[in-house]
Amino acid sequence: MPDTHALVNDFLNKLKKRKIEGSKTTAKMTAELLRTVISQQRIPNTNQAGALIQAINAIGEQLVSANPVELAVGNIVRRVLHIIREEDLSLTTASIGGLSLQALSDDEDNIDRDDRPVLSAAAVAAAARSTLRPPSLQTLLEDVPHSAAIHQSSSSAGDSEEKTKSTDKNSRSRKLKHNVIETVNELIQDIATCHELIAEQAVEHIHHNEVILTLGSSGTVIEFLCAAKEKKRNFRVFVAEGAPRYQGHTLAKELVTRGLQTTVITDSAVFAMISRVNMVIVGAHAVMANGGVIAPVGLNMVALAAQRHAVPFVVLAGIHKLCPLYPHNPEVLLNELKSPSEVLDFGELSDCMEYSTGSGAPLLHVVNPAFDYVPPKLVSLFITDTGGHNPSYMYRLIADYYSADDLVLQHRPAVS
Amino acid sequence: MVAKKGAKAGGASEDAVEDLARVPLQAILLADSFTTKFRPITLECPKVLLPLVNTPMIDYTLAWLESADVEEVFVFCCSHSKQIINYLDKSKWTNQPNFSVTTIESQNCISAGDALRLIYERNVIQGDFILVSGDTVSNMMLTQALQEHKERRKKDNNAVMTMVIKQSKPSQITRQTRLGTDELIMAIDPTTKQLLYYEDKADDSKQTLTLDKSFLSENPSLSLLNDKQDCYIDICSPEVLSLFTDNFDYQHLRRHFVKGLLVDDIMGYKIFTHEIHSSYAARIDNFRSYDSVSKDIIQRWTYPLVPDVQFSINNPTKLERHGIYRASNITQSRSSQVGPFTYIGIDTVIGNNTVISNSVIGDGCKIGSNVAIDGCYIWHNVTIQDGCKLRHAILCDGVVMKPGAVLEPGVVLSYKVIVGQEFVVPSYSKVSLLPQPVKQDSDEELEYADSNTEVIVTTNPLENGDSTNNIGSDIGENGRGVIWSISEVDHEEEWRHSVSPIPDSKLIELTQLVNEDLEVLIQDDQFLPIDVRESDTESDGDVRDESQHFEKEVEATFLRGVNENVKEEHIILEVNSLRLSYNMASENCASALFYSMMKLALDNSRNLGQDLVKCTNDVVSKWGKLLRPYLQGVDDEIEVIMKFEEICLESGKEYAPLFVKVLHFLYDKDIIQEEAILNWANEKEDADESDKVFVKQAEKFIQWLNEASEEED
Repeated sequence: MPDTHALVNDFLNKLKKRKIEGSKTTAKMTAELLRTVISQQRIPNTNQAGALIQAINAIGEQLVSANPVELAVGNIVRRVLHIIREEDLSLTTASIGGLSLQALSDDEDNIDRDDRPVLSAAAVAAAARSTLRPPSLQTLLEDVPHSAAIHQSSSSAGDSEEKTKSTDKNSRSRKLKHNVIETVNELIQDIATCHELIAEQAVEHIHHNEVILTLGSSGTVIEFLCAAKEKKRNFRVFVAEGAPRYQGHTLAKELVTRGLQTTVITDSAVFAMISRVNMVIVGAHAVMANGGVIAPVGLNMVALAAQRHAVPFVVLAGIHKLCPLYPHNPEVLLNELKSPSEVLDFGELSDCMEYSTGSGAPLLHVVNPAFDYVPPKLVSLFITDTGGHNPSYMYRLIADYYSADDLVLQHRPAVS
Repeated sequence: MVAKKGAKAGGASEDAVEDLARVPLQAILLADSFTTKFRPITLECPKVLLPLVNTPMIDYTLAWLESADVEEVFVFCCSHSKQIINYLDKSKWTNQPNFSVTTIESQNCISAGDALRLIYERNVIQGDFILVSGDTVSNMMLTQALQEHKERRKKDNNAVMTMVIKQSKPSQITRQTRLGTDELIMAIDPTTKQLLYYEDKADDSKQTLTLDKSFLSENPSLSLLNDKQDCYIDICSPEVLSLFTDNFDYQHLRRHFVKGLLVDDIMGYKIFTHEIHSSYAARIDNFRSYDSVSKDIIQRWTYPLVPDVQFSINNPTKLERHGIYRASNITQSRSSQVGPFTYIGIDTVIGNNTVISNSVIGDGCKIGSNVAIDGCYIWHNVTIQDGCKLRHAILCDGVVMKPGAVLEPGVVLSYKVIVGQEFVVPSYSKVSLLPQPVKQDSDEELEYADSNTEVIVTTNPLENGDSTNNIGSDIGENGRGVIWSISEVDHEEEWRHSVSPIPDSKLIELTQLVNEDLEVLIQDDQFLPIDVRESDTESDGDVRDESQHFEKEVEATFLRGVNENVKEEHIILEVNSLRLSYNMASENCASALFYSMMKLALDNSRNLGQDLVKCTNDVVSKWGKLLRPYLQGVDDEIEVIMKFEEICLESGKEYAPLFVKVLHFLYDKDIIQEEAILNWANEKEDADESDKVFVKQAEKFIQWLNEASEEED
């Protein structure tokens, strides 16, 4: 499809040129792009899921290599792949179940399904998981009440699950596509509302007269703090300005307009102030499978200071930031060196960069990394849209959201 | 992203105001520099396709234009136009959404001026456009500059151009910028940012700058800057193209067009400047700037146009610690060392114990063992065999260096040159398979790679390939290539524009020169050395002319007064007004009047045949009072005596023997005081013998005066 092709290229270009900033926007745009791709994908009669997966995989690989540092892209691609697998599975199980069941009217099915399509898919997925896979710890824990109800669901809810039993291939493929798109829509919705879900938990964590420290600026953090304020919690916020981009300044402005008592400090004053702080709340760029955090530069220092004074270090992360990969040399490989001009004015120092004298080798080098890696042992708690989690629990969440088959998107050996 | 939104928002509001008058933002990209600085390489490949950190220069320019929301680019190709068009066709640039690249081809343009005239004839430019050359590397956002330009245009239709400038201090010693261009001196109005003066070829030998006096009087405030760098990014109104057409002799964008507009005050066109601070912009004008800009890219000042961001079709590259960029599939021996700030291209092989630092190595290169590479730019598929040593050199595609060959700093090896075994290529040599073109014209402006020579040239490599041996001897055993001879004029400047740093010996020499100049300054005890003195001599000439004129006028007035019997007061009044209009001191009036009197007396005596002394007496006693108002001090009187001396020596030799008599007479008439005469005598004491003639004549008189004054005491 030339249309999708152009869209994909356009998005690739934007990623390559670093024109998209922020993992939330990136995640949303990726999900929307993949939704378009799926809806336009022509599906063969056999192995429909395989074809979809292949198509998404191919595009995903390009997207990931366009900006390997923006992990949200890869996360969303893997989520979508996982969704396809799950939906396919549910259709298969349902069709198996459907064979044993009596045929019900298609019309009824459709009405039912349209009512609560996702629920049904999820239920089927859960059922499929328990039937087709060896039970994992997760399924055991989660589905204790549910597995007992499987019978129930397959019998009483059986009429809603029937969806597949239609032997008409066309309608089944349409269904697969339809289900996948529905679930992707749900995912987009999730990304859009993750702020609110996280913010809802604010009152449980921020108490009266506490002092909160944060660094730089994060949309999630603003929502979180404001939600606590709205619940009439009275607390103070220390904002470390977050050199060299100084987004802390905008955060402070925002907080003050919402009526929060705010103190701006320099990054270098964090250690001096940390003893007065009750909790550090920060946003993240990505959360790795081991519970480590890729975060705006400067946060590792804050985390270390917090650990020294036994201050809880809380990371807010929407579920789209959860990355199923383990970090290897993250300071270098998962980092992006930005332009030194954010740190120094080129004109001021132009005479320090005179290559026509001396050995010709540059004597001045300005390094401006965008991210820090905070190891899991420094993180006290992750607050995601599904609740608070320990760093050590991250791998479990990942097993829920991603399929192990998709962890490696690139089929050929990694370039580089 | 943010900027893009901003641009869209701006566009929308403009639409509301200008009501569908929005034209796409256009750019003209000159894919030809119309100079020969990159020869011999540019004989075979257009400059814009030369790799800069492994990506052709034009890709940087196009990627920047695209990211700056330019929608239509017209690429003007002249020399090697086919290569450029082929490249663009193959690249992804021609099939981008919202970004169209159109090539305009011409074979007979010899300058930027010609190119713009041709584009004007094509009539493709509808609104304001960006004018850049294809060797510009920048990451600036144009939104703000464009906005400023448009607002100025609304207020003043004559604001035709906005130049982008950036701070960059030139070196005190070499008097050139870090990009190897000459020190640039600009005068800018600090409030309106209007460009008032532009000089990029300040006279090196004098290190002075002459500004017109009127220039200072017309502009109430101006800042004179020498630490700005011209980025060669211009935002132009469509008038610029028609201006080039109207002035068919405009060739060079800066030397002719900008200076032309600044000098021409009839049309009143104005040029403004826009200074960028945090963004980067530079143009690759010579090998020195090639080196500087490459290093800036590796140091990421041009972000996001850096090797590990795929802004064009460049290969994916990973950035490692210490600024080392590695593409995929590199074979590197464990014992080799790759130093900081190095780029290594795809499929490159590096042998044992090889040391590489501060260099760019292209794709598919084969580097043997025990090779030392420092500060070199090695393009694609270059073979460097064991034991070679390279410092600060450029090696084009397909170059082969046989074992043990050495490149001294500043060497440029053009395409497919083979350097023979153990051959040492001397500093600053340029080696090519093609013979050096004969210079037809010394005018730099015309030294372009014109299409005729180019045609011959492109057929040459084949011939050379067949008859390797006749040119091989130049570059060592089994070598291939000719070392171009460097003309003496160029040789002096070679070190300025080379890729290699300026040798220490040169720097010391230059520092000494600068110090000497400083000493001269100190001795002169002035801040504006030669300049001031020059203008002094000039103004001396002026003053002399003026005073002669004045004297004549005074004389005419006096004679008229004598002939028409005008009242003395009236003559004084007239002389006063003359004095004001010529801006003369009272002593000048005194001497001029005195001169006129003496002349009258002389004429009278000649005409009437009377005794000169008597005539003088008559005239002085009758008109002596005229001198009174002007003889206010001893100095004025001395001036009169000196004038008299002059008369005696020059115009009225008859007076010479009568000097003492007349002097005595003047003394008697109270026109000249005793004190003045004595001072005059004192002053003359130190003078030359020739000057003392009259003092000696008056010796007795002076003695008498002296005695008289003593008696009085």
